[in-house]
Amino acid sequence: MSQEDDIILSELDDEELVQQMFDDLYDGLREEIEEAVGILLERGWAPYDVLTKALVGGMTIVGADFRDGILFVPEVLLAANAMKGGMAILKPLLAETGAPRVGKMVIGTVKGDIHDIGKNLVGMMMEGAGFEIVDLGINNPVENYLEALETEEPDILGMSALLTTTMPYMKVVIDTLIEQGKRDDYVVLVGGAPLNEEFGRAIGADAYCRDAAVAVETAKDFMHRKHNRVSA
Amino acid sequence: MTDLLTRMLADNDVLLADGATGTSLFGMGLMAGDAPELWNTDAPEKILALYRGAVEAGSDLFLTNTFGGNASRLKLHSAQSRVHELNRVGAELGRDIADKAERTIIVAGSVGPTGEIMEPVGTLSHALAVEMFHEQADGLKEGGADIAWLETISSPEEFRAAAEAFTLAGLPWCGTMSFDTAGRTMMGVTSAAMVQMVEALDHPPIAFGANCGTGASDLLRTVLGFAAQGTERPIIAKGNAGIPKYVDGHIHYDGTPDLMAEYAVMARDCGARIIGGCCGTMPEHLRRMRAALDERPRGERPTLDLITQVLGPLSSANDGTGEDTAPARPPRGKRRRTN
Repeated sequence: MSQEDDIILSELDDEELVQQMFDDLYDGLREEIEEAVGILLERGWAPYDVLTKALVGGMTIVGADFRDGILFVPEVLLAANAMKGGMAILKPLLAETGAPRVGKMVIGTVKGDIHDIGKNLVGMMMEGAGFEIVDLGINNPVENYLEALETEEPDILGMSALLTTTMPYMKVVIDTLIEQGKRDDYVVLVGGAPLNEEFGRAIGADAYCRDAAVAVETAKDFMHRKHNRVSA
Repeated sequence: MTDLLTRMLADNDVLLADGATGTSLFGMGLMAGDAPELWNTDAPEKILALYRGAVEAGSDLFLTNTFGGNASRLKLHSAQSRVHELNRVGAELGRDIADKAERTIIVAGSVGPTGEIMEPVGTLSHALAVEMFHEQADGLKEGGADIAWLETISSPEEFRAAAEAFTLAGLPWCGTMSFDTAGRTMMGVTSAAMVQMVEALDHPPIAFGANCGTGASDLLRTVLGFAAQGTERPIIAKGNAGIPKYVDGHIHYDGTPDLMAEYAVMARDCGARIIGGCCGTMPEHLRRMRAALDERPRGERPTLDLITQVLGPLSSANDGTGEDTAPARPPRGKRRRTN
């Protein structure tokens, strides 16, 4: 490609730069995202604004196109990787400046199930939306979830299963939460290829999320309702 | 000398493959999370019963219990050192059933995905993937598998790695992908793109096609997509017996044997030459599929409307082929590219 096609990020004004970041996230260009995050910070942007206006904004477009069957897993993984590059710069700054929290989620694949691609994708997209993610990995018995809920105090519990034989275990976890009187302390989201809304309702989850993009939208929606309730 | 599957395809209009391995084994007491491949040595009588069930129901070929028999999957059960053994024994048990049958039966050595995402998007290198598939294929070959049968693949990189491994092992093969995401594979491969990929391979499969996925209608839309490319290569249709439903704490596939019989006949009319089931497909389904294929005459290629009318709705409005596909985000301006 010829030299004149090159875009010099530092020469763009703020609005143009943010638009360019949306494009670069969409194309999974990590170095460009890292550079642009640095430029916005130099220009005096608050870390929280860089996160929400540039990175989350860009990942929202990626998420919508993934949901609509325009983008697929490879493109989303590249975009999430670019976003992570930006997040690595922002994370310590966000902590320093005491920026508001979007929300926190504990996520894991249930006992008996060793699949993790879908769960990882949800984790990445949730991080892309500004959530803090605690990933418990695969094959989690109910004790793992309970312990993580205790120590991490998340807003949301996410469970994943890819096998029809392991999806019923989600109900075991939810029933245990009910028994211990903790069910209402968390929003419970479930997902995985063989699941559907009917199943989500049948086991007592708050929502079934068809894919990672829907998980993010649903999580945001629940956090929004929670904030409204708190401020009311 | 040509391989057994090629000869069988020359002599038969359509071959009936087998049904579900996982669903059947769970019915025999396999616990969720256990590696089914360990039963090849720990409970061989159950694996023999699984294979026998397909043969007695009329299948011309069955897949071995070796789907997760690669080092990456077996490592999750600390059995990565047993790849060769578990695949060899899985194929030997199959050989035992096939050789005792009164008609010719093909033993197809099942090879499933590694579960890893390959470079450049993920971390698994091509060389390592080839090595893992090669190790598995060697075990299957030594155990007497007639062919290798790659299934439920979503990435073209992984499909190519397996193709290379089967060449190295000197094993003829078939390969199917799972089209479960808006009519494409999870990695975005359309039916048309799969045909192009398959035809570009140095060592192409004897037959190729689709397995698992979402429902029977979706699977046949994919088969129509293959056929629309004008390929001469035999097409495989191995769809699930309907959609999983949660009933009283158990999972049940809602596809009846009668529905699967309709699916089998329609799959043939769509252009498939090797027809079987996937998750939820039990011997009673296979029996009805065999009878329908034997008794009912070949018909016209069905339209999508007819398919959905008989087999149920599609999971997505389009499948990424044709002109009504959604456009990608248009580039806003010029951008340097790193490649």
